[in-house]
Parts: sequence; C-alpha cells; structure tokens
Amino acid sequence: MADGAAPVLDVRGLKTVFRTRGGEVHAVNSVSFHLNPGELLGVVGESGSGKSVTMMSLIGLLPSPPADVRGGTVMLGNRDLLKISADELRDVRGAKVGFVFQDPMTSLNPVFTVGNQIMEPLIRHMGMSKKQAQVRAAELLALVGIPDAAARLKSYPHQFSGGMRQRVMIAIALACDPDVLIADEPTTALDVTIQAQILELVKDLRQKLGMAIVWITHDLGVIAGIADRVMVMYGGQVVEQAPVKDLFANPQHPYTRALLKTIPSLTGEREARLQVIEGQPPIMTGAPAACPFRDRCAHAFARCFVENPERRAIDGCEVGKGHDVACHWVAEVAHA
Amino acid sequence: MLDVAKPITPLVQVRGLKMYFPIYSGILRRHTGDVKAVDGVSFDIMPGETLGLVGESGCGKSTVGRALLRLYEITGGTVEINGTDVATLGTEDLRKARPQMQMVFQDPQASLNPRMTLADIIGEPLNEHTDWDGDRKLARIYELMDAVGLNRRFANRFPHEFSGGQRQRIGIARALALNPRFIVCDEPIAALDVSIQAQVVNLLEDLQEKFGLTYLFISHDLSMVRHIADRVAVMYLGRIAELSPRDALYARPLHPYAEALLSAVPEPDPTLARSRQRIILQGDVPSPANPPKGCNFCTRCPKVFDLCRQVKPELAEVEPGRFVACHLYSDPTAAGSTGASTANEHNQQGVSL
Ligand SMILES: Nc1ncnc2c1ncn2[C@@H]1O[C@H](COP(=O)(O)OP(=O)(O)OP(=O)(O)O)[C@@H](O)[C@H]1O
Ligand SMILES: Nc1ncnc2c1ncn2[C@@H]1O[C@H](COP(=O)(O)OP(=O)(O)O)[C@@H](O)[C@H]1O
Ligand code: SF4
Ligand code: SF4
Ligand SMILES: [Mg+2]
Ligand SMILES: [Mg+2]
Repeated sequence: MADGAAPVLDVRGLKTVFRTRGGEVHAVNSVSFHLNPGELLGVVGESGSGKSVTMMSLIGLLPSPPADVRGGTVMLGNRDLLKISADELRDVRGAKVGFVFQDPMTSLNPVFTVGNQIMEPLIRHMGMSKKQAQVRAAELLALVGIPDAAARLKSYPHQFSGGMRQRVMIAIALACDPDVLIADEPTTALDVTIQAQILELVKDLRQKLGMAIVWITHDLGVIAGIADRVMVMYGGQVVEQAPVKDLFANPQHPYTRALLKTIPSLTGEREARLQVIEGQPPIMTGAPAACPFRDRCAHAFARCFVENPERRAIDGCEVGKGHDVACHWVAEVAHA
Repeated sequence: MLDVAKPITPLVQVRGLKMYFPIYSGILRRHTGDVKAVDGVSFDIMPGETLGLVGESGCGKSTVGRALLRLYEITGGTVEINGTDVATLGTEDLRKARPQMQMVFQDPQASLNPRMTLADIIGEPLNEHTDWDGDRKLARIYELMDAVGLNRRFANRFPHEFSGGQRQRIGIARALALNPRFIVCDEPIAALDVSIQAQVVNLLEDLQEKFGLTYLFISHDLSMVRHIADRVAVMYLGRIAELSPRDALYARPLHPYAEALLSAVPEPDPTLARSRQRIILQGDVPSPANPPKGCNFCTRCPKVFDLCRQVKPELAEVEPGRFVACHLYSDPTAAGSTGASTANEHNQQGVSL
C-alpha cells in the first residue's frame, strides 16, 4: 500500500477484441489500472463485463484467434508482458504471477496427485530437486490450512472438497512466491461458510507474505471485506475506481450507485421493494463510441449516445490514484 | 401479508419427510447404504406465505422441493398440499393435482427446450391439462406474457434469443399457466446477474400478490431470502436446524449453525465488514451418506458438548413460532448451567478475527 512506491503491475490502455461471426466483440476497451506492492485491488462487474478477459489478456492466456490483444502496455516491473516472447511469458506465469480460477475442479488435473501438481512449478521454475519440492509442497499445503499436509500430498483432487481444492489452487499459485496473485472469482463456486474460510486465509496470507493481489468478484460484500481499492467494470471498461471506503460511501457512476442500491441488506433496514436496474447488460459488438451504460442509465443525455466518457478524477488526484469515474453526467452535472 | 397468529390451515404440511437415495456397490450392485438427502423434515407453509429454505450446497434443499411436488417417490413421511396427501396419490389423481403445484428452476437455459418457441413453451402445460382450442390458448399465453413482462411480439422466438433474466420470465410464465396455488422456486435467481436478480424477485412478489400464490423459495442468498421470505427454514445435512419468522431469525439466530451461516455472509459495507465478529466454521459438511451419530452439526459446531455426539436433537418450538433442533435448548443441564459457559469456552475455537 506504500504510496509513491513503484507499482508491481501497471496496465495501460489494454484492448482486447474477439473476432466472431457476429462481428467484433470489444471485450476489453482501453482498460488501465495499477497494483501497488502489498495491495489488494478488487475488481467488480457483472458477468460479461470483461473482468476475466482483462486478466487473461495481460498474462497471455487467451487463444488467438479468436482473441486479439490489440493494444496497451502491461508493465510487470520493467518488462512489458505484451512484448516478451512466449517462453518468457510462460516463466512469468509460473514464477511471477500466480493465478486462481473460479472452478477448482476444472483447473486441477484429475489424474495427478495434489502433491505432484504443487511440486511441478517448484521443480520447473525454482530449480528444486524432487525432495526439496516435496518438503516445500507440504509446507505450502499446511500454509493454506490443510490439516495433515504431508500425508494429503498423495491425495487426488476428487478426494478433496471444493473448499480444499480451492486451497490447493491457492497453494499452487503461491508456490513460486509470486509478486502478483490474480484470483478470478475464487470463491464464487463455494458455500458462504467455506468462502469465509478462504477469505480469512487470504487475509492471513497477505500478512505473512505481503504479495499484491487482484481479486475479481461480482460480490460487493466480498469486496467490502478484503479490498483496499476497487475498480468497477461495465461493458468492457473501467467505469469507476476508488479506495474501498470511498466507493461504498460515495459512489459516483450511475451504474455503481444503482448496483449498491439493488442488493438487499442482511442487517440494515428491510426494503419493501427492491430497486432495479432496468434493461439488460450491453452486447459489446461494434466499436464503443458511446457510453456502455446509456440504455439503462437514469441520467443519460444526448452526449452519452455519441461520446464514450473518459475516466476523470473527482478528487484532484491523478486518474487511477484516487477516486475517478467515467461519466458525462458526473463530469457535467454532479461534479461540475 | 401473513398473520401467523390466526388459526388458518396450512396450504402445505410436511411431516417427517425422508428422501434416501440408495447406494449400490460391488459387482453384484448390492444395496450398501443410502444418501440421506432429506432425513426427517417437517414444516408448514400458510396460504399466501413465502417460506425461505436456505443452507449450503448439498444439504437437501432441492430434494425437499422436488419431493414436495412428487418428482421423487419419497422414502418416508407425508406431504399434504391443500388437504391432499401428494405422496400417496395414484397416477391419475396425481395428474389432476399437478396444476396446483409448479416449479421454477435455477437454470432457465437448461429447463427450456431450445427447439420450442416461447408460445409453445408457455402453452405446453395447457396442451397437457386442458382441452382448450387454439384461440383460447393463445389468449392465455398472451395474458401470461403480459403478467411476467414479456413483449407479445416475442411469442414466436426461441429461448436462445433471450437473456438469462428473460428466460427466467419464460419459466415463470409457464409455471403460472395452470393457475397454481403453490410454486417451488428452486434458486430462481442464482444464475442471474445482480442487476437482473432484483427484476425477477420483484416480479415474483407482484405475482404472489396478484394471484395469491404460496412460495417455497429455495436459495443460498441469505440477503435475498430476508427480503422475500416471511419465515425461513435453515437446513443442514438433510435436516432443519432452525425454522423461525424472518425478522427473529436475522436479528437473533438461535441455532449455532444458523448463527454461523448468517455471520459468514459478506456485507457490502467496508466498515461493518471489518469490524464484525465472524464465526469461521472449521472443516466441511460431512457426507449425507454417512452423517454423524448425534447432531448432524456436531463435527463443526463451536458449541458442541457430549450429548451432541450421542443423540440427534429433534426440532422443537423453543420460543413462540421458533423451532430449533439443538440440545442447548432442550437439555436443561446444557441450556441452563453449561449452555452459556460452553458457548463462551467454545467461542474461542470457533471465532476468529
Ligand atoms: N438422484 C440422486 N441420487 C443420489 N444422490 C442424490 C440425488 N439427488 C441428490 N442427491 C444427493 O442428495 C444431497 C442433497 O442434494 P440436493 O440437490 O437436495 O442439495 P441442495 O441443497 O439443493 O444443494 P445445492 O445448493 O447445491 O443445489 C446431496 O448429497 C446430493 O448429492
Ligand atoms: N472466446 C470468446 N469469443 C467471443 N467472445 C468472448 C469470448 N470470451 C469472452 N468473450 C466476451 O468477452 C466479454 C467479456 O467476458 P469476460 O471477461 O469473460 O467477462 P467477466 O467479466 O464475466 O469475466 C463478454 O462479452 C464475452 O461474451
Ligand atoms: S455517461 Fe451518460 S449514460 Fe453513461 S453513465 Fe454517465 S450519464 Fe449515464
Ligand atoms: S446439538 Fe450440540 S452440536 Fe448440535 S447444534 Fe446444538 S450445540 Fe451444536
Ligand atoms: Mg469471468
Ligand atoms: Mg439445489
């Protein structure tokens, strides 16, 4: 969180397009964000808003075609991940950036033991011997809270519960002590009591290891509990970005405002009727020349239909560093 | 909407419901055990009421819903809907009873036949259960489309041309076709985006008001259940842990599992989220094929004591209208002298943060 320190990850103007028979899908449209050392950046947005494609693009995990990462820079330290060779990128993925995906069953290989899968990156990227890797793998499994870790290395994924498999995925992602951990909806498939265990684990690991984390979710409750900063995505774009408390206390973008109102509360006043956001999420074909939220926005005016708003700070900070929002109404009316 | 104090007859009455799925193993496929998906569940639902059914994946919620509609042949117990014992009806009587009870499913994609038009899908139950002519059916289909907010122009389109929220509306229209009194909504919003969930929930509430519907609303979203349900049943491993009026449950859950479950829900409020005392349960839910001998929750309960490992607690009314299955409330020694201190002592292991 150290302000002023160089970010570990700095993404600028990332653009990803899918070529489909129905035309080009602009899945990620000029997305910029950075990640400070030790920071947890929460990414929220509804399904199809571009959260996963953003993260997969920056680490070269999208098959091309149909994907085409068209522009931008992705600086990890002093290297641009969009410019390095496929071999280098593979090393980065194994050793510098750890990944955890939504469904732990599809991302673990059912025919190898859990131990083998944790040891593999240790042997490949850290140059450990099999013996060393085994010791480290047991440590990692214990670190993520699996009891009797050394013995459980011999288990196969199907012998673990969903929550345990997600812990294994986290162990693998942490194996090479990465600078950045990217977690894409890691608890969405889990029950709330198991989710609570994983969130607790992550808080604990952050204190122990101090790595920077990108945490993708559509659950604002999860974000509220663990993020330092939040980036809200809609229609392939970052529409708002702010420190977590600002975002919840002082949401600016009409989508963020509406979203916060539409979720019922567990402890607060019980509303007689839920607020709704009318309409449907956008279909992202065609170049985005207008605000992606225009058809559902209560504040939309003429300009919104002809010009895609840029992110502007509302607090005088540089865009990305404080609270910024991409909305003509906020710029012209709310914060004129 | 509902005054529980008034002596009205329940529309749905479930007693001792059991649904076991047999496990066969070995080359002789011998019956070696059972998955006790639902193991002795009792509750009532009043006319016009929404009963929320919550609990973690695999605890038996869908099985309860399906058993109520006789989509399974149940292992034991009784299910009465509107005075008829659904569980024992013969084929023809069951067919006649079907229109009264309907289901809305989680995955609107999977539950709609991709080759049928929207009008065919909504009209299908009318074909099966009425001898109406085409005009009358079409009029009813339009009426239903209006009721759920689907434009009549869409009548000849196919499911894949619709969004998730719209597909859920199609499923709801079909469920309404025969004027049911009782609808099991099995995770009707789980597959939808947050911004679309509220649209569907509001629709379900409007329809309930308009047609006097009674709902069993199955969900793992405890905030949404608080919004829509009048009373809530919390299930754990095939049994009901607590059944209480909504406000009472959310304000002060009595069963240790209900308490832990509610405390695990992330609240969208950074200050609250970081200050709240959370109960982090250890371990996982045991297998329903091999539940613990005593209380089903005893392997994870922060307040467990000796009796819990020996005897299954029965669901009992511990406060007016509040039903709890836990020895803390039934065993005088536990609830009185040791109850409070046990709770404290075990909080140390169960609570972190
Ligand atoms: N046809 C079946 N055969 C065998 N076991 C079954 C069958 N249907 C359900 N079960 C088992 O019964 C238990 C309860 O399942 P059920 O589908 O009712 O859970 P649920 O509470 O609806 O879970 P979810 O929240 O995941 O939908 C689970 O252990 C499940 O694996
Ligand atoms: N292989 C693909 N081909 C075409 N479009 C795709 C493909 N993968 C993703 N998309 C589109 O990209 C957009 C963003 O998707 P994604 O990043 O997965 O969203 P989410 O925010 O749910 O993670 C969506 O419109 C999606 O339909
Ligand atoms: S730019 Fe216009 S349409 Fe977009 S969110 Fe702002 S007011 Fe609404
Ligand atoms: S009966 Fe015992 S184990 Fe079960 S919930 Fe009550 S205190 Fe916990
Ligand atoms: Mg995704
Ligand atoms: Mg279910």
